Amino acid sequence: MYGRLPIVKMLLVTIALTVVISAVMVPINWNGQGASTAAPKIDHLLNVMIVLSAFVFSLVMVMLFYALWKFKAKPGDESDGEPIHGNTRLEIAWTLIPTIIVLFAGGYSWKVLDEIEEPNRDHLTVSVFSQQFAWSFAYPGKEYAFSEGELHVPVNKQIVFKMHALDVIHSFWVPEWRIKKDNVPGITTTATVTPDKVGTYQLVCTELCGFGHSTMRAKVVVEPKAKFEEWVAGLDQPTPKPLMEVVEETTTSEPPALDAGGA
Amino acid sequence: MVEAIKRPGWWRGLIGAIAFGAFGFGLVIALRAISDLPLYQTEQTGYPHVIVPAILAPLGFLAGFGCFDYWLRWAIGMPTIPDDHSQHGAKSWKDYFKFNTDHKVIGVQYVVTTFIFFFLGGLMAMLIRAELAQPGTQIVEAATYNSLFSTHAVLMIFVFVIPVFAGLANYVLPLMIGAPDMAFPRLNALSFWMLPLAGILFISSFLAPGGAFDAGWTGYAPLSTGAPLGQSFFNLGVQFAGASSIATALNFLVTIITMRAPGMTFWRMPLLVWANLSTSLLVVAATPFIAGVQFMVLFDRALHTNFFDFSAGGDVISYQHIFWFYSHPAVYIMMLPGFGIVSEVISTHARKPIFGYRLMALALIGIVVLSYSVWAHHMFVAGMFSWLRVPMMITTLLIAVPTGIKIFSWLGTLYFGKIHTYSTAMLFALAFIVTFTIGGISGVMLGMVPIDIHVSDTYFIVAHIHFVLFGGSVFTIFAGVYHWFPKMTGRMYDEKLGRVHFWGTLVGTWGTFIPMHWVGMDGMPRRVADYAEQFGNWNLMISVFAFMLGAVQLVFVYNMVVSWRYGPKAGANPWRANSIEWQVSSPPPIFNFDEIPRVVGGPYEFGIPGAKHAIMAGEATTEGAEVPAGEKSTVGTG
Repeated sequence: MYGRLPIVKMLLVTIALTVVISAVMVPINWNGQGASTAAPKIDHLLNVMIVLSAFVFSLVMVMLFYALWKFKAKPGDESDGEPIHGNTRLEIAWTLIPTIIVLFAGGYSWKVLDEIEEPNRDHLTVSVFSQQFAWSFAYPGKEYAFSEGELHVPVNKQIVFKMHALDVIHSFWVPEWRIKKDNVPGITTTATVTPDKVGTYQLVCTELCGFGHSTMRAKVVVEPKAKFEEWVAGLDQPTPKPLMEVVEETTTSEPPALDAGGA
Repeated sequence: MVEAIKRPGWWRGLIGAIAFGAFGFGLVIALRAISDLPLYQTEQTGYPHVIVPAILAPLGFLAGFGCFDYWLRWAIGMPTIPDDHSQHGAKSWKDYFKFNTDHKVIGVQYVVTTFIFFFLGGLMAMLIRAELAQPGTQIVEAATYNSLFSTHAVLMIFVFVIPVFAGLANYVLPLMIGAPDMAFPRLNALSFWMLPLAGILFISSFLAPGGAFDAGWTGYAPLSTGAPLGQSFFNLGVQFAGASSIATALNFLVTIITMRAPGMTFWRMPLLVWANLSTSLLVVAATPFIAGVQFMVLFDRALHTNFFDFSAGGDVISYQHIFWFYSHPAVYIMMLPGFGIVSEVISTHARKPIFGYRLMALALIGIVVLSYSVWAHHMFVAGMFSWLRVPMMITTLLIAVPTGIKIFSWLGTLYFGKIHTYSTAMLFALAFIVTFTIGGISGVMLGMVPIDIHVSDTYFIVAHIHFVLFGGSVFTIFAGVYHWFPKMTGRMYDEKLGRVHFWGTLVGTWGTFIPMHWVGMDGMPRRVADYAEQFGNWNLMISVFAFMLGAVQLVFVYNMVVSWRYGPKAGANPWRANSIEWQVSSPPPIFNFDEIPRVVGGPYEFGIPGAKHAIMAGEATTEGAEVPAGEKSTVGTG
């Protein structure tokens, strides 16, 4: 029955279309500039998905438009189509092949996830405090130095952010780092990132937190280690006492076996 | 006038609403007075003297309107009024404004009411796009903006997409299975009348001090527990919409299980019936979760319980777990009935049996089962247990498999058919396959944790949900409305205007929602009234397409209204379809069938000489009865 279809030609057109779509879409840097070790991994995963998706999309398009071109009823033709009720082999194929594709996508994602969250012994813990509609940060040192509205981190060092929300849920996102994590009142959440490009970025709140949500931003400065240490040393405001308590609680104790923060 | 007040109806409904509301108000004031409290409690989450009347007044309306009359008489031992069918069927347009137990009247009531909310929600979308056309603040300030997108989403989800499917199915499902009505006609009418009340509660929150609810349709705690009074209207509106939805789903389940015509085995049911069976299974089990979680928020707000109050030991993230345990299945509640519609439309207009009918039905059930195991994919960055992410990612990706089966089977149905594209319904069904494939692809990407970490809560999400809900659900709704318009109204719509509407909608959908993917990946968060300059040009383009998309819907309204009144008369079966609803007149007689039809074969037996789906009254004892096509053969099987 389906031997009557030009299967080989349809597949070739599908592949050609996949190549064209991929050639246009893969070179575009969709996620914008990357500035962390996670960024190229996530961007690469995205590109793999673009190629796979381009194939699925092309297949559907070729199947649809070939059918519309070949089997469109002539004007005035009131007859019915052929009474084909299905094809078991074909149905098994379009159940199994997508299963394999999505399981591959899942496995690959899992691998990338493990890589970007790989903990490093040599890391710097920075505490993040969010409230309507401002960010503040505490850095370890002799005393915890405190900065408001401006985050500085050293380049090429793993930073572990311990996040605390003081009123409602906020979300910590630096698009160039490709890392996002909600700050949840009542618990400490964790995000790990290794910035690898010196520069100035923007920290964006991505969880609706009230009328000031769209303006809840902070400046992020990634700089060489020496400059960072100099900047921290220059901070003269100590971390306010109630905030200090959560910082000590979350940075001095060992993380629980099941990390509730979702590192 | 006195007569009018005695009879169930609008006057008595109005009086009931006022009386119950006043009783609630008085009760609160009296209780506070005897407790030596200030009479009015107006901290922003309180207002018991508003909340209690807001619960009671809708119930008073329903009671006055006549929704409970029959049951109440029976419950208190009064003689019940013998049913003279005076509340059944519509003889004039006025009957559509009454408590009516006819599933066909209720179906039309549902579709018209929900489309009114669709246009109100759409108007809000236009305001949102006007504000976002340029960076900075132009039209509405940030707080109002938050109310606008929250109300837009809530109207579209709870009083448009979910109930419009219930409305379409209300009309055609009993006809399709050869039933004279739904199993519980009075419950059916009650379900409908709760719906406008939910919509009114949502919209009237704009009148509340502090403005309409503005914590998004997701209403995450603790933003919602501390929000102004309007949030309580959301909590309450969801209860009415949810109760309506659950009662309808129960009604569908009982109707489908017990009221199929003789010979209508499960494997002879049209896929629309299968789709509504699956949807109803989701609704009855999942909807109580959102009802419950909104009650918990309301209790936290009004009764000062501590479900989500972190300072008193509440757990903030548990809100999201309960909310998404409903709201992920809800996206299938908003999609599966559309799958059913597309199956009917494509099979009919391609003149071909559905390809792989059984696998199509099983895929629906597969989606139902899987959809309960994927909720936490909305929470990959929410700070929940990190170990939960990978299992949820795998189940999420697997749900693409049954969905893929459906896409490929629709395509398979087209092959070796005779595809007719003159009907606007078919155009929408074919376009649905394309747009939904794109929405599915972005859904798979979102299911992958590393990509989701980057794009979660950005415009990529907005793009994805609009591709699946507008390009998906709403396209199927349009397909369904066009497909069954002749059956419901007895008249044909104008295909030329239908084409204008179709192409405008298609171009508008792509133009509006495709660029949203790009700005989202590039760093634009969702739910913001203002954004960085760099996204200005894209947003201007998005807004222009959105206005076009909005404007072209007016063509649809014009076409529907004018065709309903002046369209050429439709025959019983203008699409030459096989299923039973097309074998009766348009619109069908008041009790659907003079005699219950006998089902003798599958619903999609196109191209098989002599094959019949059902034998209607008056054509029995002809040759069809002797040769029950498909009784034992492979007809109708995958």
